[in-house]
Amino acid sequence: MHLILFILFAGLCLAGALNLLLQKHPINSALSLIVVMTSLAVLYLMLGAEFLAAAQVIVYAGAIMVLFTFVVMLLNAGKEDRTLGSFASWSVGFPAVAVILAVVASIILKTQGLGDAALGDKVTSTEQLSAVLFKELVLPFEVTSVLVLIAILGAVALARRGDGEVRKDGK
Amino acid sequence: MNIDLLHLMPTDIFRILPEIVLTITGVLVMLIDAALPPRADRRNLGWLAAIGTAFALLSSQAQLVLLQLPERTGFYGTVETSSFSIFFHVLICGIVLVALLVALDTLPENGHHKGEYFALIVFGAVGMCLLTSAVELLVVFIALEISSISTYILAGYRKDTGRGVEAAIKYFLLGSFATGFFLYGVAMAFGATGTTVISEIAARVHTGENQGLLVLSLGLMLVGILFKVSAAPFHVWTPDVYEGAPSPVVALMSTAPKAAAFALLIRVVYGAFPSMQPLWTPLLWIVAVLSMTVGNLAALRQQNVKRMLAYSSIAHAGYLLAAFAGVGNTGITAACFYIAAYASMNVGIFAVVTLISGYNDELPLIKDFRGVLYRTPVLGGVLIFFLISLIGIPFTGGFFGKFFSFSTAMGGGAIWLVLIGLLNSGLAAAYYLRLVVSVAQKPEVDAPLAPARQPIGVAVAAALMLAVAATLVLGIAPGEVLKNATQGAYELMPHSMHQVNSPGSSVPQ
Repeated sequence: MHLILFILFAGLCLAGALNLLLQKHPINSALSLIVVMTSLAVLYLMLGAEFLAAAQVIVYAGAIMVLFTFVVMLLNAGKEDRTLGSFASWSVGFPAVAVILAVVASIILKTQGLGDAALGDKVTSTEQLSAVLFKELVLPFEVTSVLVLIAILGAVALARRGDGEVRKDGK
Repeated sequence: MNIDLLHLMPTDIFRILPEIVLTITGVLVMLIDAALPPRADRRNLGWLAAIGTAFALLSSQAQLVLLQLPERTGFYGTVETSSFSIFFHVLICGIVLVALLVALDTLPENGHHKGEYFALIVFGAVGMCLLTSAVELLVVFIALEISSISTYILAGYRKDTGRGVEAAIKYFLLGSFATGFFLYGVAMAFGATGTTVISEIAARVHTGENQGLLVLSLGLMLVGILFKVSAAPFHVWTPDVYEGAPSPVVALMSTAPKAAAFALLIRVVYGAFPSMQPLWTPLLWIVAVLSMTVGNLAALRQQNVKRMLAYSSIAHAGYLLAAFAGVGNTGITAACFYIAAYASMNVGIFAVVTLISGYNDELPLIKDFRGVLYRTPVLGGVLIFFLISLIGIPFTGGFFGKFFSFSTAMGGGAIWLVLIGLLNSGLAAAYYLRLVVSVAQKPEVDAPLAPARQPIGVAVAAALMLAVAATLVLGIAPGEVLKNATQGAYELMPHSMHQVNSPGSSVPQ
């Protein structure tokens, strides 16, 4: 049962990711990203990470993807032009990707008896999770606010017109 | 949130004192910027940012001296205060201070988000500083992102030019990809050891379990970090980004984030994977040789000054990586010293280039620099001084940097690496001298006059003086800095792995 579910959703995840790359219209790509995110959430659930699964659905499949779709629609992005890729990307890029994939896969397949990778002893409930987040990991949690602040500042600096920049409509 | 509940001591707060000072400065700059009327002069915000950075520098110094913090970790083992972290805090705050002073006088009068510019630099410094004191990979990752994202944004500050936008997008896409590699490496390390604390990873690596995953983890992390320090073959972004980004920004981003990334490299290879030294030494050997050779050969063919300096910075990353071939932990000292020397001369030379070429790169080519020495003797002289230091002529920081790095590599038995390095240094002299000759030639009568005719401002003069002084001190009396670097290196290693010899032991002071 577990294996069937895994194959099903892992396959769905891969298919979604491939479709994301192959689709020409950004909105189709965005929609396939939702498939990827949701099937990843199911995989997390099967690994016993309930909180992560829920957060994945709410944050990624929900909030972020809605934002993505909105932006794509607001920008009215059309179909993208596509080139066949340069000589370098065919001759070096794809073989390199294949080699890296093969190396990573062989190492992971060879590694035996991986134990649990968990924060502390069994972290299952939301309460225990927040105890870790707000205690052991309080510093990275707080410092993330600086990261978000920088992102906002950057958005303002790059998108807003400066004080002295001449407006094109002459006002 | 209640501090008691968290079991945090006041000492925990003091361990991140410089970061707190910088964050408060950044928030103040941001808020005052928003409160000022739209067309008000925002130059004073730069002074505020500079004063805040100077305080951060002092507070970092005060951590061990005034506050008498015991050299241990805080915040549940996520950050540490040690001579190593303080060495880099002082260095990074110093670079940021110089970069702010340069920006004060060289940013255009209007049309730019000056307030955001200063705030972004200060917030970026928070990330860079934290990166050097973090001993837990989650904090490392967030700090790395803070430092990177602020640099991506600053690189695109000339948004009205195609080059500026190209630089920002290229840097952002490739940089995010590299950070992805690093994060994947962190995940692998966590999977193999069940911890993200660097010292605990080292203990598990030592036991020899899950070696395959750990090797993969080391490789992936190295890809991410070597991208950030622009070492070959992960260097392709460097020339385009340096050319497109405004020169005052390049002064910052070719030095401070790189210093932080080298600190991270030292922590990862010597801190987390010390028992894999037979594995990463040859890897870094290859990267060092590639960086020197690719950087210098490409720099020879450049006509654009900023592109030439970009390739030269790739080559310098190579000279620095040569230090990692040293026996045991001797490489750390030489690497720390080289970072300080490299940073002081590079931040200085880009400050001079800003003054000569102008913010918008009106005079970008080597031949445009002709006659600078006659037109503005001070600038020309300072430029030649920094070029001499980059070549590595004695009595400048660049000389001792290379000397320590190569002698450490010699100590580690990497004779070929040193030979290739010396050949490369000779090769590099060719293109540096080309610029020196251009600067010292008599100007043509009808040549366009450099914007540097305008008087050099107080702030930028102070910045240049700081950079020149640092380069001179590192070249004439390297003893003090070397002592601090050695102390930092000593404390970084687990105590069982200490080596007695350090590269400075045979150096006259």
